[in-house]
Order: sequence, then structure tokens, then C-alpha cells
Amino acid sequence: MSLGIVSAAYIAAAILFILSLGGLSGQESAKRAVWYGIAGMALAIVATVFGPGSGHLWLVLLMFAVAAVIGQQVASRVQMTEMPQLVAALHSFVGLAAVLIGFNAHLEYQAVLAMEPAAREALTGFAGVLAHKTGVEIGILKVEVFLGVFIGAVTFTGSVVAFGKLAGKVDGKAKKLPGGHMLNAGAAILSLLLLILYVNGAGFWALGLMTLLAFFIGYHLIMGIGGADMPVVVSMLNSYSGWAAAAIGFTLGNDLLIVTGALVGSSGAILSYIMCKAMNRSFVSVILGGFGATSTGPAAAIEGEQVAIDADGVAAALNDADSVIIVPGYGMAVAQAQQSVSELTRRLRAKGKTVRFAIHPVAGRLPGHMNVLLAEAKVPYDIVLEMDEINEDFPETDVAIVIGSNDIVNPAAQDDPNSPIAGMPVLEVWKARHVFVSKRGQGAGYSGIENPLFYKDNTRMFYGDAKASLDSLLPKIA
Amino acid sequence: MRIGAPREYAKGEGRVAMTPESAAQLQKLGHSCAVESGAGLTAGFTDESYRAAGVEVVPTAEALWAGADVIVKVRPPVEAEVDRLSAGKTLISFFYPAQNKDLLERCRATGATVVAMDMVPRISRAQKMDALSSMANIAGYRAVIEAGANFGRFFTGQVTAAGKVPPAKVLVIGAGVAGLAAIGAATALGAVVYAFDVRPEVAEQIESMGAEFVYLDFASEQQDGAATGGYAAPSSPEFREAQLKKFRELAPDMDIVVTTALIPGRDAPKLWLADMVAAMKPGSVIVDLAAERGGNCELTVADEKIVSPNGVTVVGYTDFPSRMASQSSSLYSTNIRHMLSDLTPAKDGRIVHNMEDDVIRGATVAFEGAVTYPPPPPKVQAIAAQKPKEKARELTAEEKRAAEVAAFRRQTRSQLTLLVGGTLVVLAIGAVAPASFMAHLIVFALACFVGFQVIWNVSHALHTPLMAVTNAISGIIVLGALLQIGSSSWLVVVLAALAVLIASINIVGGFLVTRRMLAMFQKS
Repeated sequence: MSLGIVSAAYIAAAILFILSLGGLSGQESAKRAVWYGIAGMALAIVATVFGPGSGHLWLVLLMFAVAAVIGQQVASRVQMTEMPQLVAALHSFVGLAAVLIGFNAHLEYQAVLAMEPAAREALTGFAGVLAHKTGVEIGILKVEVFLGVFIGAVTFTGSVVAFGKLAGKVDGKAKKLPGGHMLNAGAAILSLLLLILYVNGAGFWALGLMTLLAFFIGYHLIMGIGGADMPVVVSMLNSYSGWAAAAIGFTLGNDLLIVTGALVGSSGAILSYIMCKAMNRSFVSVILGGFGATSTGPAAAIEGEQVAIDADGVAAALNDADSVIIVPGYGMAVAQAQQSVSELTRRLRAKGKTVRFAIHPVAGRLPGHMNVLLAEAKVPYDIVLEMDEINEDFPETDVAIVIGSNDIVNPAAQDDPNSPIAGMPVLEVWKARHVFVSKRGQGAGYSGIENPLFYKDNTRMFYGDAKASLDSLLPKIA
Repeated sequence: MRIGAPREYAKGEGRVAMTPESAAQLQKLGHSCAVESGAGLTAGFTDESYRAAGVEVVPTAEALWAGADVIVKVRPPVEAEVDRLSAGKTLISFFYPAQNKDLLERCRATGATVVAMDMVPRISRAQKMDALSSMANIAGYRAVIEAGANFGRFFTGQVTAAGKVPPAKVLVIGAGVAGLAAIGAATALGAVVYAFDVRPEVAEQIESMGAEFVYLDFASEQQDGAATGGYAAPSSPEFREAQLKKFRELAPDMDIVVTTALIPGRDAPKLWLADMVAAMKPGSVIVDLAAERGGNCELTVADEKIVSPNGVTVVGYTDFPSRMASQSSSLYSTNIRHMLSDLTPAKDGRIVHNMEDDVIRGATVAFEGAVTYPPPPPKVQAIAAQKPKEKARELTAEEKRAAEVAAFRRQTRSQLTLLVGGTLVVLAIGAVAPASFMAHLIVFALACFVGFQVIWNVSHALHTPLMAVTNAISGIIVLGALLQIGSSSWLVVVLAALAVLIASINIVGGFLVTRRMLAMFQKS
């Protein structure tokens, strides 16, 4: 295949990727959009494999075969509640691949340098590209390699830690080594120094040492961020994995890599922005970790008492209600209660009641996590609404059911300027006539912030595991 | 502990402080229960039903008082009952300590502990034992029923073959618990309901019950109910005048007036004067729920129903809850039961009289031989102070226009700054970088731009599939590895092969899981 055809294939692939992302604007077009993505990927790979510069076809095919089996296994086995972990794990792969490719670029360059001028002329492929670079271009190449490896390394360890936290293998609490962010800043400055040395001719040791530093930054950065901020972290890592691909694209002079990396990078950046906005926090404050940075005084004391209710009481209220809004949160995912929620919805709808879902942008541990879980349980997507679409409807709602969410329904965000989450947009469930909160027990949620909602007069606490509680409720809705 | 409920001997009293249902709950707290024979008859609970709930039925009052550690009652004790108290016994009943100073002194002298159900502080935690509210709720409902019984027409408007019936107009004065219950009952019967209260913050509650709030043209005085624990306070003479003027205006139109205005610790304010009664149509009904404290209506006679010279019925009964003895007993006994469960924190049948607890402290009027009335103010405020509401100023057309122009300018300025800054940065890079790099940079910048435009349109619900699909396509990094795998160095080949492997897992896994997710989204 000639270079021209390969370039044509790359253009087609880039357009297909853009269409693929654009198609995600609606549930129906999204189903077609995936195929665009798959087609684009296939086109790009085939063109590259059979184009100039590739080789060792048998090895490539073997790797593809192994990867296909592993990928297929992972994709078909994963539970929808485990999506955040999977996404984080996949990010780490991109990061690691970027590191490896960056190393390779360095090795190839060294190999090219060692050759006789005559031999260089004969080189093809990547080595050929390297051989024809001028002085400035070599300088830029080194910066690109360095950046690609740096971003890739941060993404790799960061994603591994995020995976550990999301999968519960690492304690989700924010943890920092003594020295905190000064350590990160120190490591970053040291990396910058190494970059200067590397550009000026230092050998592989500079690259390798920087990689270790970047590994540390990724690890320490994400360790310092609490579990409730995970939606931002995961989308940020998503963005990084894109930028890593783009940096590698620059290194290799491959436009398709640059385009795709930029698409993914900006996608992740926008998601992070949306998530931060939904928590009314700046990106920097999330990344630097920890709540409470903006608190200026003691939070208002909460007065009252949490009043418990049993399944009969909830069932009676539901049977009387005309309109119901369900607010799911991470607790629903933990308890695997989405099927029970779906069954409850089905029964209530069968009785002619209006049932809708209100999804806060940061509910769960991944952007859009709740939507996927509800979709898995066959809840129709047209009754699953965003915060902005449904928040005004709470005052006309008979019953609001809060399942395993806490901060996103905390009225303190609006009422108490001293609350750590003051100003965060929240779902105004307390405006509904009755509020039932399904919760494992008393006590503050993940962020440790007291929730005055639980003490409101129209709130009743439905204690117990979300799935068990809902299952005990189902027979009573007849 | 043994809990006993004697029969109420007061005239016209039909309630009882313990029902079979509440007894069952009390036994779960580890107490044993006893009831005087015939105590529940007027409320519809036979001795057999008590026995069936595991309650011992004691034949005489003496035996009951002698055998019980805690006596639960409705009315304040009479002389004979006080004599049966002794140190170590606890009496729980309505007591009205402010009006019954002598009675309180006599009870104290016996050394018994007295818990007054009417003294439970008005804080949210204590709502479950707020017997005044549960009785007021019944009174409000019953007031409307009594009014209906004495009113010769329908509540609801009807158009029938025999002619058109206009709906009854009901005015409820005082929107406390009783007032709101009355509003609810009257609207449920189909009447057009108006309601008045001196506390403007209850307007919302009134409207939520389906009544229309009667506003006064009186700007300066706005009572904040929070300052008085949610109760009304006396109003200034000017305010009173404005109020009466409004009532005078309404009187000829109203068919039914329910007055519930009470100010704690004072006689009921006279709000519905004789001239207003005279202005009403014959056949109209006034129900005065404040009759016990002198009445809101000038014509009210406590415990009686009278008819004014112009044919307006004025009902002054004081025993509305007792007229619905079964309902009020079951609510009152539940209030008592909640009080006892707070007094039995360990649920082991042992009473712990914790005088540090706001609710228990507030309700206890005599404790171990000392009068503990009045209680100190509760540690927590009953109701949060009303924040002065800031009204959003209506912007004039010019101001809106100016704001829009300013916003547009600001936007233009920030966009221009970005563009100029960006151009300068790119120019600076272009000054040193070779052409090949600049070509890639153009591609990169355009791709970022396209990415931002496209991603903003992605639906929120699809953010997880978006992440999975971007994950898959970021596996495009495999191209880099593919370009390197043809190298002559074995180390490069091995590293590249590894990169191909993990990037391909990403591609396959990412696309498949996205497909799986998207297939799940279904329309109803």
C-alpha cells in the first residue's frame, strides 16, 4: 500500500471517529455511532499494517488475536456496576502503551544515530523518518518523546490507583504522603530539569528517571483524591490518555494519532469541566484534593431527628401517590439494586402513576454511571432525566425516593453558606410532599457531611440495604 | 414498670389514654399494662379487646392506682386521684400547670413525678408526642363537621335538575393545627375556603391546603412566628383594627366561620364581634374552637350551642376531641406511647427520667418533690428564624438591554483576548519550529476545536458510553507501535509488540463494552 492510500485511509478514519463521537448526542444514533468508530479503527489499523514501515506481520497478528480474546472476555464479563473500574483500567493501558512507544522512539533514534550515513539513506518507515530530521526537528522530537512518556506515565499509575480505589482494592479515602503537593511539584520541577538535560544530549537515564518521577506523580496525585471526586478523576485520566496519544502522534509524525488524541483529550476535558461544575468546585481544587478548602465557619447545627419508616409505610405512600421521582446514587450501584428499582418502576407505572428518575451529573463514580445502570435494568431512557430538566418538578411531586445518594440531595448546599458543599447544585427532593431515603444506616455519607434532608419533617428514613429494602417493598405494591 | 390507665370520670370525657394497640407497643418496651374496667368503653374499646392485647383489666380505680408505677390519663387529676399519688409514681396527662397552680402544688407534695402532655416543647423531635397538635387536628376536623350538622345547606356547589346550589363559603380564623385541619376538611367537602392568620409565613401552608389567604392592607406589622415558638403573639391595636375591618367586610358573605385563634397563656382574643354576627345571613354557623378560653366570638357560650337573634348558630362546645373519642384516644395514646418510649431509652421496661433531655425536661412539671415548672427555654430553637426575603428587583427594559450589551461586550473581549493570545503563542512557536511540526500543530489545533464542538452535544445520559468509546479510540495509539514493530532492534520489537497487545485490548474491550451498553438503552 502506498503512502497516499494510507493517508487517504487515515482521513477517512479521522472523519469516522468524529462522526462516532458526534453520534453520541442521542440514544438511537449512538448505536450507529459505535459502528463508525469500529470501522474507522479497522481502516486505520489495516492501512498501517499493510502500509510502509510496518513489519513482523505474524507477531502483529498474534498480538491482535490474544488481545481480541482478552478484550472480548473483559467486555462480556464486566458488570455494569464495575464500569468505572473497567474504564480506569483501560486508561492505564493507553498510558502504558504511550510510555513503551516513547521508549521505542528513543531507542530507534539512538540506533539511527549509530548508523553510517549511507545506511541511513536506505532506512524506511519510522527509522527513515527519524533519519531525515534536521537539528531543530530533533530537538522538537526529543521534547515530544519526553512529553509523551511523561503524560503516559502519569496516566498509567494514576489510572491504576483510580482502578484500585474504584474496585475497593485501595482505601478510597484521600491520602497524601507528608509534604503533600510539594512532593508533586518537586517531582514535576525535577522532570522539567531532566527534559532540559535530555534535549541537550543526556542519555536514556534522563528519560528513565523522569518516567519513575511521573509514575510517582500519577500515584500520589490520585491517592490524594477522595472517592466522591472519582467522576472528575476518571474523566481527567480519560483526557490525559488522549493527550498522551496526541503527543505520541507528534513524535511519530502521524496525523491520525494527533487528531484522535486531540478528540479524546478534549472529550475528557469537557467531561471533567461538566463534573466540576456539577459540584460547584474548581478543577484545581478537585485535583488538589479534599473537601473543606472553602469552608469559612462552622456548619449550621442540624436540629431534629431522623424518623424511620418500614416497608408498609413506604408502600402506602407510594400507592397513594400520583407522581414519583426516584433519585439513585452510588449506594444503588453498591447494593446492585437497579433491577429492584426497575421492577418497582414497572409496577408503579402499571398502576398509572408517573414515575421518573432524576440523575445528578455526579451521581455514581463515573459520568453517566446511573444512566447505564438503569438502562441495564431496562428502565426506559425517556423517563430518566437530568437535574436541570426535573428540578423544578419536585414541588408538584407526591413522593421522592432517594436510593443511596447523599451529597447530591443535601439542602445544606443551598441553605448553609458554611457547608463544605455550599453552592453545589443539588436535586431539591425536599420540596416533594414525602421523601423516603433508602440508606444503610444513620451517619454521614462518603464525604462525611451531615445531611439536613434526613432530619426534615417530610423525610422518612427507610433503613437497610437498598436491594433488600426494595425487595421487601415490591410485594406490597400491587 | 407497670403502666395503668384509669377511667376518665370527668363529665363528657370519652377518651382513654391507653388503647389495646398502644398497650401492645408499650409491652414491646418491656412494660406491663393495666386498665380500669370500662375505661375504654366510651372510645369503643371493650375490656375483652384489652385482655386480648395482654392488658390486665383491674376492677376498681383504687386497685389500678395502687398497682401502677406510671399512670396515664387524659384530663388533669381530680382531688381523689391526687390523693392516690405517692412518691415513686409518675403521672402522665394533660395538666395545664399555668392555670392549675394549686393542683400542681398538691401533686408536688405527694412526691410524685408529673409529666404534662400539654407542655411538650414544640420542636421537631417532639412532634410525635405533641398531644396538643393531635387533639387540635381532631378539633379542627370536628368543628367543620359540627358546622355542617348545623348548616342547612350543601358545602359543595352543585348544578342539579332541581336548581343550582352555590358552594358554601367558609372562613377559618387562625391557621394553627386546628385551623389547617378545618381548612382541609372544609375544602374536602367542597366549600370555598378563606383563611386568616396574623403570621404571614403560614400563607403558604394555607394555600397548600387549598384555601385562599386573606391578606390585610397593613404593611408595618409582620409577626415572625419563630420568635414565639411558632405560636401567635398579641397584636398592636392598629393591627387589630385593620383585622376587624377586614372581618366586617367578609362577614356578610360567609356561611360558616371557624375561629381557632389562641395566644398562649392569655384569654382568647375577641375577633368576631356582635356586629359581625349580626351582619351574617340567617342560617350561618359560627364554630368557636377557643370557647374554653372565653371564645373568639363575642356571643360564644362555652359548652353550648346558641342561636343569635338574626338566626346565626354559634357553637361553643369545648369537647370536640371527646366527641370523636375513638379517633382521639388512638392518637393520644400514641402520643403517650412515644413519650414513654423516650422515657425508656433502653427498651428494657426501666424508666429513666433524664432531666437533661429538652423534651422530657420541658414536659415534666413536678419531679421528686419539687415543682419544675416553668422549664428553662429549650436548648435548640423550635423554628429557624425567618430570613428576610430579598425580592429580586424587576429589571426595566433599558436595564435588561444594558446588561445584555455588557455581557456581549464582555464575551467579545474575552474571545478576542483568547484569539490574540493564541495567535501570538502559535506565532512564537512558528518562529522557531520547522514547517513539518507546524503542519502537525495545525491538525492538532483543528482537531481540538472539532472535539470541543462535537462533545458539547453529547447527551448527559451517554457520558459513560462516551468514556468507553473514547477509551476504545484512544487505543489508536496502536498505530505508533505498529510503525515501530518493523524495527531491526529486538528490544524495540518486543516493546512495540507489548504496546500492540495492550492497546488492542483497549480497542476490542472498549468497543464491545460500548456496544453492550448502548444496546441496553431502550425507549418506553
